[in-house]
Amino acid sequence: MTALLTTPTGAATPAEEPTVPPERRRVPYLLLLPGLLWLAVFFVVPLVTLVSTSLQTGSLEEGYALTFSWSTYSDVWSTYSSQLLRSFLYAGSATVLALVIGYPLAYAIAFKAHRWRNLMLVLVVAPFFTSFLLRTLAWKIVLADDGWVVGALQTVGLMSDTGRLLATPAAVVLGLTYNFLPFMVLPLYASLEKMDPLLLEAAGDLHATPVTAFRTVTWPLSLPGVVAGTLLTFIPAAGDYVNVQFLGTPNSQMIGNVIESRFLTVLDYPAAAALSITVMAVVLILVVAYVRRVGARELL
Amino acid sequence: MTRSPHRPGTTGTTGAAWATGATWAGSALSRRGFLQAVGVSGALLAAGPLLSACGTEGTNSSGDGGTQGDPKKLAWSNWPLYLDTSDEDDTDNPTLKAFTNKTGIEVTYTEDVNDNDEFFGKVSPMLRAGRSTGRDVIVLTDWMASRMIRLGYVEKIDRANIPNSRNLLPSYEDVPFDKGREYSLPWQSGIAGIGYNPKALGREITEIDDLFRPDLKGRLTMLTEMRDTMGLLLLSLGKSPEDHTMADYKKAIDKLQKLVDDGYVRAFTGNEYAADLASGNILAAIGWSGDVLQLQSDDPDMQLAVPDEGGMLWSDNLMVPKGAGNKAGAEKLMDFYYDPKIAAEVASYVNYVTPVNGAQDAMRDVDAELADNQLIFPTEQTLSTLHSFKALDEGEEKEYQDMFQKVIGA
Repeated sequence: MTALLTTPTGAATPAEEPTVPPERRRVPYLLLLPGLLWLAVFFVVPLVTLVSTSLQTGSLEEGYALTFSWSTYSDVWSTYSSQLLRSFLYAGSATVLALVIGYPLAYAIAFKAHRWRNLMLVLVVAPFFTSFLLRTLAWKIVLADDGWVVGALQTVGLMSDTGRLLATPAAVVLGLTYNFLPFMVLPLYASLEKMDPLLLEAAGDLHATPVTAFRTVTWPLSLPGVVAGTLLTFIPAAGDYVNVQFLGTPNSQMIGNVIESRFLTVLDYPAAAALSITVMAVVLILVVAYVRRVGARELL
Repeated sequence: MTRSPHRPGTTGTTGAAWATGATWAGSALSRRGFLQAVGVSGALLAAGPLLSACGTEGTNSSGDGGTQGDPKKLAWSNWPLYLDTSDEDDTDNPTLKAFTNKTGIEVTYTEDVNDNDEFFGKVSPMLRAGRSTGRDVIVLTDWMASRMIRLGYVEKIDRANIPNSRNLLPSYEDVPFDKGREYSLPWQSGIAGIGYNPKALGREITEIDDLFRPDLKGRLTMLTEMRDTMGLLLLSLGKSPEDHTMADYKKAIDKLQKLVDDGYVRAFTGNEYAADLASGNILAAIGWSGDVLQLQSDDPDMQLAVPDEGGMLWSDNLMVPKGAGNKAGAEKLMDFYYDPKIAAEVASYVNYVTPVNGAQDAMRDVDAELADNQLIFPTEQTLSTLHSFKALDEGEEKEYQDMFQKVIGA
């Protein structure tokens, strides 16, 4: 890696390093080649294809031609801004909920679980052993109108007798929180587990209350985990469409549903591609803003 | 439309790519050789999509038949739970076995059609490029069959090689998308009507507008299948699904939008409405005959009402995709399943409407009770109240879907 970093300067001023034979200078680039090819094949090519598709016009029968039709972007932006906004709102709510639930859990696994630690970690990951669809469908049974959750809420008067949980935005946010919770817990656990408990002892010696110790020691040290966890939860949740399909209503559709319907049902490939790019761009902006705000610049 | 009541779970396949990568470490490949191999394949992989990304061709190219072409092998793609299985073993299909015994053709039967749109998304890039899909027989719903025929993605079939196709019921012969059935033969049909349990609801549903009463607010689902849902809404306005104007369609869309806004429609679904209907989450659904028949086995009160205004009739059609390696075998398969006895056996398992004449008589030997079931063998009178949706060209299709998808939230 150091060889790579010095090479550009070496190439710019070859007179300073006359001892390096020219063929050796190519070695770092050759070593980089597999990585670059990987990036090209799995990132650049799909992205270029996507951008190109978003700028095409045409139909299945006549074929598509690249016409640089930028108006597709303004069209989808004005037509689907409510679904976009809703996606980020739902994903954001699910991320906050996952953090609130996941932080105590990760903390408990890291500091209090002792010999149960491995078992608890396996339990966090265990839901992944079954299909994502099945896990989401299972919530339909839990939240059923005649189920015990709704029944209990109605009995204690938290919900009207005709109220329901299924097919509401709340059910969608709940589904998202549940499905992406492990992505929050694992990075949190990883950063908490690295923390030296002696630091807390030292804080106590310096007359810090447990709350102050948490605020000034534990929380700042776990910030990398918080950032990683929130990103890993927020980004896939914003693009999810399965939870809405099973737990939502026609008025709670997210941007993933729109992209799916544009691409598969309406066969409007350019609009689907333009929407995908838009989502990527918005997520990128949000992520950069967020990471800067939190101050975890080393992640960028 | 997803017919299977058991929605198949997606299985993660992303792990496979990593797993294969690990084997590199163990092989005796030199690094230079490895780099060259990666470089060449990477460049090839990269160049293909890059070139094609700059615009794709139209679809007038013809398939050039690139499969193995072994006359003793046949690949058939069908919907889940759409062929009889033996009681002991889900993967054993008695009629398919009989076909192999009779003709010596080995059939690879795959249940990989879960959704018309999704399946089209899967095979259309190959068909567009004039390459074989590796399938000899596919089964798609009327409107998708229409699109496949329009785009030239399917082979003409030779009815002379399918003598049993004379058993096709006359009402299926002249469909708008395939006059004289030159490209397709119906596999099974179904009725879209209103599935509900009169006891649970506490009243009868006789017409479509009976759905839009306060006791069904939020307890009603409709199908994401545009033609079935919009067909019934058009009928409720006194318009004909076969023959209506854009203004009529817009009126029906406005009606649907109002129902969604007022909270009547809880969700638009594939066939997962069946589970909601069984559990009581919903009290009525626009649904399909086969699903409701399967629900009846658990709850005899469940029924499919064909409203006074009429219901919708759709078919799934057997077709031979362009580039199929064994078209002759595909025709033999169609001929085999148009034998009334075989058709009755399939119908007794899948519970959908069979388009084969004589199957009803043959059914008396298989399962006498089903032979009189209106939802499998509708009478001429019932059939006359059923409608099909008018054929749409690509532009209309897009416009229709555009409006419908906006109402259902996407």
